[in-house]
Amino acid sequence: MSDLFAPLPPSKKLFNVAMSVTAFALSALALIPLLAMLGAILSKGVPHLTADVFTQLPAPAGMKDVPSGFANAIIGTGVMVAIAAGLSLPLGILTAIYLSEFGKNSTFANAVRMLVTILSAAPSIVVGVFAYGVLVLPLKGFSALAGGFALSVIMLPIVTLATEESLKLVPNAQRLASAALGAGYGRTTLRIVLARAFPGILTSSLLAIARAAGETAPLIFTALFSQNWLEGLLGPSASLSVLIYNYASSPFVDQNNLAWAAAVMLVGIVVFTNLLARWVTRNRQTTR
Amino acid sequence: MRPYRALYFFRSRLTQMTEALEPTQSNLPQRSPVPTESWVSQFGDGGFRGISFLAALLTASIPFWMCVLIFKDARPAIAKFGLAFLWTQEWNIDQSLFGALPYIYGTLVSSAIALFLALPIGVAVAIITSEKVLPEGLQTPIAFLVELIAAIPSVIVGLWGRFILIPALEPFQQFLYSHFKWIPIFNTQPFGPSMLMAGVVLAIMIVPTIAAISREVFLAISQDLRNGAFALGATQWESIMFITLPAAASGIFGAASLALGRALGETMAVTMVIGNVNEISTSLLNPGNSIPALLANQFGEASDPLHIGALMYLALMLFLVTLAVNAIAAVLVRTLTRNA
Amino acid sequence: MGLNAITARRAFTVSVVTLAVSVTPLFAAIAQAVTLNGAGATFPAPLYERYVREFKSKNPDTTVNYQAIGSGGGVKQFQAGSVDFGASDSAMTDEQMEKVDRNRGTLLVPTAAGAVTVAYNAPGVPAGLKLTQAAVGEIFGGKITKWNDPAIAKTNPGVNLPDQAIKLVVRADGSGTTFVFTNAVSAASSFFRGKIGVSTAPKWAANPLTGKGNAGVAATVLQTPNSMGYVELASAKQNNMTFAAVQNKKGEFVTPSLQTTNEALANIKFPANFRVFEGNPASGYPIVGMTWMLVYKTYEADKLPAVKQWIKWVLSDGQKINPTLDYGVVPEPVIQRVLQQLEASVKAQ
Repeated sequence: MSDLFAPLPPSKKLFNVAMSVTAFALSALALIPLLAMLGAILSKGVPHLTADVFTQLPAPAGMKDVPSGFANAIIGTGVMVAIAAGLSLPLGILTAIYLSEFGKNSTFANAVRMLVTILSAAPSIVVGVFAYGVLVLPLKGFSALAGGFALSVIMLPIVTLATEESLKLVPNAQRLASAALGAGYGRTTLRIVLARAFPGILTSSLLAIARAAGETAPLIFTALFSQNWLEGLLGPSASLSVLIYNYASSPFVDQNNLAWAAAVMLVGIVVFTNLLARWVTRNRQTTR
Repeated sequence: MRPYRALYFFRSRLTQMTEALEPTQSNLPQRSPVPTESWVSQFGDGGFRGISFLAALLTASIPFWMCVLIFKDARPAIAKFGLAFLWTQEWNIDQSLFGALPYIYGTLVSSAIALFLALPIGVAVAIITSEKVLPEGLQTPIAFLVELIAAIPSVIVGLWGRFILIPALEPFQQFLYSHFKWIPIFNTQPFGPSMLMAGVVLAIMIVPTIAAISREVFLAISQDLRNGAFALGATQWESIMFITLPAAASGIFGAASLALGRALGETMAVTMVIGNVNEISTSLLNPGNSIPALLANQFGEASDPLHIGALMYLALMLFLVTLAVNAIAAVLVRTLTRNA
Repeated sequence: MGLNAITARRAFTVSVVTLAVSVTPLFAAIAQAVTLNGAGATFPAPLYERYVREFKSKNPDTTVNYQAIGSGGGVKQFQAGSVDFGASDSAMTDEQMEKVDRNRGTLLVPTAAGAVTVAYNAPGVPAGLKLTQAAVGEIFGGKITKWNDPAIAKTNPGVNLPDQAIKLVVRADGSGTTFVFTNAVSAASSFFRGKIGVSTAPKWAANPLTGKGNAGVAATVLQTPNSMGYVELASAKQNNMTFAAVQNKKGEFVTPSLQTTNEALANIKFPANFRVFEGNPASGYPIVGMTWMLVYKTYEADKLPAVKQWIKWVLSDGQKINPTLDYGVVPEPVIQRVLQQLEASVKAQ
């Protein structure tokens, strides 16, 4: 009877232990940068996160003892992300509806899917160059609008593809039942399919918004930057991400400090939005 | 009741599906009244379908338009330099001589270093969060934390890389130089920004991609495979390393491709730690440059059509390579997660 | 569930649209105030940022926004018409002026003069390292590669020069500062003139480190031991950088300062288009240059008064700020000529 419970040969035990140690060590290597980054950002940024930051404009380089903040960057990021969401969310969701409800596997729908996937592969700097050609040159000016447009191009594939996945997860039986009860495509889609997929759509929208808020490359050629309050959508606009980029490469310590404070704020916004997105779908199991 | 007859009639002209479902009058039980007309029904299904079709058309036109614009701007450079652009090293703005080699080299090498570092780490995280080597409760938080890295904006990773990571790894780079000078990849004096640093920063950014997709791939592999291994006497780790991992290999390869695509296009983090120097050097401790970093630095002031053309030619190539890599990845991952 | 989600989504869409619709008239109201957008050189950026702030406090109706993207960027955006004024330390060449947006014409407005320092970060080497112009040319031309090279040691007896390679830092972007620097060094060093030449974006020897903007070069020099680069004076001073004393035509080793800048520019003559470059001045600090704002000759009617107001302010009250940041002022007769041209040739479309 005791033959059934022979202990593992030492070589297997060693292998087990060695693999476990390696796997845990490598995973720790993955988590260490995250903790180091968050720790550094908090420790270097929080001391400079004063009330001024929310109410003052950036002071000129080298000017000391002058209140300095980046209120205009906070507003700029907010406005441009709002524009981007306003452009990409309706467009992306409607496109996803077409792809999953109407187009399905038609050649046109597949072509659209392929083009959207191509768009998702575009490096963000290339999107910035595109928006420069589309909005900055013809309108003869750097603008928050161009920045918002560039961000919407980044958000669009994320929203479209993820929404299509969410819509596809809605069981077809529900659509059929709705049609059987007399509802047309419109009512079926809005009342039944979208309602059912809503948490998934909300999640993907929030994730896309979080991504857009953190993008820098598309904004450096479109919204440029500004040390003043935002005046209309057709003028250059400050943003948290471009502020960090500009002030991090500056030799002036005051500007470096502002960059760290802005980093705290940006990471806070992005992490919060990500958490919110996951909280929305907290009870959904997509695998196993 | 009559309006609904009309609605059925209208719809059946457009689709076959509703025809199949159209109830015959004799089968219809006496129904309770349907809720009042919403603005959607008044809109009409044709209208709704039309709008969503237009949306799809508009969405599809954007990448098309982008490619056209970039190609149009790149034409002068393509016409003048042709394919030789890819292996010419000279980048002289005054004399309008442009060659892409240093930037292609920098982009490829930094991404390769990143993949080399990130692949074992990403796969390890995937194993830990999908197989039963950790208590169940720990798997989700760890997976979540690793995905959180992906959420951190690139410019912040660059900020941290430049001010914290580079000084912190300075001793390590010095160590590599002083003890391993004889290996060509470590044979120059490091002083901060370098190709190696860019690779490390990129690795940090792509680990979440590899981990998340590999995790999906592992979860999609049928439990039967593992059970078979256990039945034959394998331990947990033996099953993972010799059964599950090989089965997941193509999916992991797909994850790596996707991560590579991400690394190739990274702009801000790379430009802040790579040093922005237009040279090709075998040493990883030397600074370099990459295509996105070059675009970020020079596009704002390029006014000569040939200069703009050269930059757009580079952008086009980057775009095409990223696309190819992503396409391979998508095919691999989809095949594996569907077949399992 | 369905009803709530749909209502929620509709509420969200409606509120976003309402917000956008209600905010736009607000923007329109704010936009009654004029904003002038400018972009260009990083050389005068610390000065222009002060100008902007002072100007705003005196003229609340007009906001000026200046972004330092480099002289190359300034010229490009000025040509494209995407800014209201540009800025460049290498002014504009005739070819560049031909390509200006819709042939609106260009007026070059000199606004300040400044020195370009040779800043370095070498542990143990004190400030004021004495360098001949030939030495500067050979260092930046790639011939002198080590700190303790005899050419440097000769003019600095007693200074402990490290036995290390000199890590050069130059501009990554098309730069007027580079133009001023290469112009001055080429005028005095034939080696440099032959090897590198005068340019906003020359092909440097031996792959130096780069930085974006004067600020980027300064930051890189500060962070890289044994490095040497060229940085305009205000940024170098404000960051307590060590810079060299360069020998001038007279043979004196001159430290860059406001006074030596003014000495150098005392004798230059401004031509009709106000474009002048002083390569090797007879006295004072040898590496100096002017910087210009690039102004169109035609503006839309609503922007024209603001532009004129801004330029007039820069050339009057603004000039008082120049010395506080160690920038030289534009000579008074030149200012008068510029203002005359401003009145005479800058018009509404």
